[in-house]
Amino acid sequence: MSNSKPVLSSSLGRKLIMSLTGIFLCTFLIVHLIGNLQLFKNDEGYAFNNYAYFMTHFTPIKVVSYLLYASIVIHAVYALILSMQNKAARPVNYARYDGNANSTWSSRNMGILGTVLLVFIATHMQNFWWKYHNDQVPYIEYQTDLSTGVRSSRALEANEFIDYQVSTDNGVEIVKARDLYKQVDFAFENPFLVFFYVLAMAALSFHLIHGFQSAFQTVGFSHKKYVPIIRFIGVWGFGVLIPIGFALMPLYFYFVK
Amino acid sequence: MAQHMNLTLKVWRQKNDKSKGQFVTIQAKDIADDMSFLEMLDVVNEDLTRLGEDPIYFDHDCREGICGMCSLVINGRPHGPKYGITTCQLHMRTFHDGQTIVIEPWRAAAFPVLKDLATDRTSFDRIQQAGGYVNVNTGGVPDANTIPIPKRIADEAFEAATCIGCGACVAACKNASAMLFVSAKISQFALLPQGQTERYERAQAMVDQMDAEGFGNCTNTGACEAECPKGIKLTNIARMNREYFTAKFFREEDVHTHS
Ligand code: HEM
Ligand code: SF4
Ligand code: FES
Repeated sequence: MSNSKPVLSSSLGRKLIMSLTGIFLCTFLIVHLIGNLQLFKNDEGYAFNNYAYFMTHFTPIKVVSYLLYASIVIHAVYALILSMQNKAARPVNYARYDGNANSTWSSRNMGILGTVLLVFIATHMQNFWWKYHNDQVPYIEYQTDLSTGVRSSRALEANEFIDYQVSTDNGVEIVKARDLYKQVDFAFENPFLVFFYVLAMAALSFHLIHGFQSAFQTVGFSHKKYVPIIRFIGVWGFGVLIPIGFALMPLYFYFVK
Repeated sequence: MAQHMNLTLKVWRQKNDKSKGQFVTIQAKDIADDMSFLEMLDVVNEDLTRLGEDPIYFDHDCREGICGMCSLVINGRPHGPKYGITTCQLHMRTFHDGQTIVIEPWRAAAFPVLKDLATDRTSFDRIQQAGGYVNVNTGGVPDANTIPIPKRIADEAFEAATCIGCGACVAACKNASAMLFVSAKISQFALLPQGQTERYERAQAMVDQMDAEGFGNCTNTGACEAECPKGIKLTNIARMNREYFTAKFFREEDVHTHS
């Protein structure tokens, strides 16, 4: 009975990869949502733009972000491998198949939901990540009177901007930053993009209503008391609260700003 | 008095494992509602035989829900439209006069169709042979209950052991995954003292064999649990995963040599 196959070439090993990368992506969503809540501050993007600088230049965060990109790729690649194997495991389909009698819609459509998410992630990174990292966003300067807290801002021309800078002059704090906030505002003027973002968040909701609790089952967790709690967090936290939080951002910029 | 009904059957007919099958429409006439589904097929087969045609080939044995031989996906559901029963326990009163019933074999690469509705489920046997057993010393019959086992544990093991190996879990699963079956077979031994000797080798060997047979990968849809005639629970799959990962990461003998 020994000489068993290596873990990662087994069905359970591959599922373990799906589950661990999926859970890691879920924890990222929490951080990402909380950080982006600063978009709702009415401060011309002061807090958000400083946060964006911090998140892209603080080494530990950078390390985690590379782990994150890797997780997305690995999650998607394993999803593809597993889905192809699953397809091959049933070469002839049923003429009639009553899936609703025994399972939820989202549990049967994780691949489709995930594909929507993959397209979304690519679009989303192109909209903001790519533009931010390739100097395709506007620049801004904030002047904050440190004694009164009164702040003014003005857009900077490209030739006025060298790099992110914080300086203090005569009790006035001067911050020069890339204006990702403005880029967000600009991107969400497009109703199609707003619609696509909201749609993608619906897909995220269904993906996680099934996926979050599924990941715990995959790693072998089962407990009378804690599994219901995990299900609750999966449905209401990851299936409702988080997707709605994200969806409100494009809606806010389109309808309110 | 039994009610009688006429039904239209759309039955999968396939000559052998090599040929391509197709649906054939057959009328089932004057079926009593207290017949079982298999008895209905018996009546249809008698008519076909009288006409000189090949009767519909389907698996069955005990006809009382304990052997796991009967199969059939009936109107898109393994073992038909009810929960917690096998096809031999399904009665025709579940259907109504004039209804069309689609009857298909279990669909899975690891369960090739032999003829019509009968599939080859020996892949399950090979998984079982890979590790679903315990080694015991023969000799005098030991007294009953010499090894104390908590009742909860005994019950849990017993529930896992009620799996009849029918394959409805595979048939129901959108991925044709056998994980409910394999997890039941692993669990029934993993829980008991008698199963400890081979515990971790068993988990690895049975999972390997399951993969080698070409079953799909579980996505935790829960369709298997819902359609299992014996109510085998998904928590068994969590246990199987635990057994397997524990074996792989902490117990694998090749890796953790004691020198
Ligand atoms: C923000 C992005 C995403 C998050 C947070 C996420 C999260 C998860 C989680 C927690 C699971 C459950 C794992 C398990 O059952 O063990 C899962 C499963 C799955 N994901 Fe994702 N996912 C994301 C993106 C994607 C993408 C981009 C794809 C496809 C290209 C994808 C495809 C799948 C598939 C097919 C499954 C089912 C696999 C299975 O249950 O075995 N996901 N996801
Ligand atoms: S787990 Fe249930 S459905 Fe699967 S083979 Fe055993 S008894 Fe049949
Ligand atoms: S014929 Fe034995 S279980 Fe149905």
